[in-house]
Amino acid sequence: MTEPEWSTTRLREALADRLTPQADDWLRGRLAAAAAGPEAVRTAFPGAARHGGRGDLQPAGRDDGADHPLARWQVEDAVRTLLLAALPLRGEALVAELTALYRGGDTAERRAVLRALSVLDHRTTDEQLPGAGPYGLGDGALPLVRDALRTNDLRLIAAALGDYAARRLDQAAWRQAVLKCVFTGVPLALVAGLADRADTELLRMLDDFGTERRAAGRAVPADIESVLHAHRVS
Amino acid sequence: MRIFDPHIHMTSRTTDDYAAMSAAGVRALVEPSFWLGQPRTSVGSFVDYFDALIGWEPFRAAQFGIRHHCALALNPKEANDPRLREVLDLLPRYLEKDQVVAIGEIGYDSMTAEEDEALAAQLALAVEHHLPVLVHTPHRDKAAGTRRTLDVVRESGIDPALVVLDHLNEVTVAMVRDSGCWAGFSVYPDTKMDEPRMAAILAEYGLTGMLVNSAADWGNSDPLKTRKVGDTMLLAGFTEADVEQLLWENPVAFYGQSGRLDLSEPAVDATGLHEGNSVLRGGAPAPGAVR
Repeated sequence: MTEPEWSTTRLREALADRLTPQADDWLRGRLAAAAAGPEAVRTAFPGAARHGGRGDLQPAGRDDGADHPLARWQVEDAVRTLLLAALPLRGEALVAELTALYRGGDTAERRAVLRALSVLDHRTTDEQLPGAGPYGLGDGALPLVRDALRTNDLRLIAAALGDYAARRLDQAAWRQAVLKCVFTGVPLALVAGLADRADTELLRMLDDFGTERRAAGRAVPADIESVLHAHRVS
Repeated sequence: MRIFDPHIHMTSRTTDDYAAMSAAGVRALVEPSFWLGQPRTSVGSFVDYFDALIGWEPFRAAQFGIRHHCALALNPKEANDPRLREVLDLLPRYLEKDQVVAIGEIGYDSMTAEEDEALAAQLALAVEHHLPVLVHTPHRDKAAGTRRTLDVVRESGIDPALVVLDHLNEVTVAMVRDSGCWAGFSVYPDTKMDEPRMAAILAEYGLTGMLVNSAADWGNSDPLKTRKVGDTMLLAGFTEADVEQLLWENPVAFYGQSGRLDLSEPAVDATGLHEGNSVLRGGAPAPGAVR
């Protein structure tokens, strides 16, 4: 199972430096209210950036090849993920609430739900509610991932291809998603689990895409060549 | 010239328009919700329309270096269709979205009882959500309609500084300025208002509290009319600072009352030219050339 880049603990640590005292008060209040039921989260979710803050969660300039604007978590993503993690819901009830928030959300809200899937699916057992249902989210949130992958919005496509999709999306849909990244300009470095899941069929698809591009006299994205090269070598 | 078009319906425009607007200096705009030329028949159509106004359209605009915000409402024309009354029930959820900087367009089309009710209900929502309001004035019987609109605005108790009455002309401008509301002008190729008349009104009434827009939509209209007004003003003897006040500072001041304007350089750009994720807010420098 792939490890998510973020956990609720790491999000809380990263936010400690980024929240103003007013934003911190607001978030504490909302998190406490969330324990009582989803209503508090539903009203807090749209305005999470106005009340909680904006901007990169961490300073830019990481050197691991994934420091692209589409990859950077925003303060509002972290705030929204913590709100979702505070919901007193698990299993199907949690998926139903996530689905409603995604459907009613704007792009930033939808991106946050997509990013939160990996975190919520990978919670440690001490974050489980007593007597709560099965561990993790299950496959119930896959329709949200598929919805995001049908859009042409790079922010949603990139956010959809986190650890949750790497772990749970079927291989055919996952290959199409990778190819969509190549078409729309989402860097392949942002696709979680690419090295583990890439198979010969995906390599053929990428190779064919490169052939089509060259035949049309157009440039082949550099990240395709590096994926193909890595697999030829190994 | 840095331009903020305070009223334009980009849903009906092409990417060529976005490119031309960007080249002309447009860096920000507000797209009010309105009717689409053909009546809608269900609330679901509005859900998808509102979602596009807060999702897809800002994304499209960002690729041309343009910040896109919107105003949401049940428009006066469709307020007369009983199948669409429930759109009013959708609004409280949408009005909390970051991209929503106003309620609009509301107002009168044919001055019916249904329009009265929708106008009053949405002015009350503006007070509740602390949002500015973009009010359309009717094309037919404009002077009487504008007077009646001002009465309803007054009765609502909303601060007139939060209200703009749009599509004004020589006949309606004075009463709106006397009311304390902002005065909006839609500059069109053939109807409503043109550039020389606009410059004459500005010379007579000044620049304070004035908003000029293209109101470009699916009809005969021109998304570069804001720029053309700026050019006409310079020829008429206004200074560059005057043009900046009218075409940038005024709309920033009006919609800025929402507390939600984000004028940082758009971060998402399919060409990869705008990779900075600036968090500058309010009066950020104009982005560089956009391909």
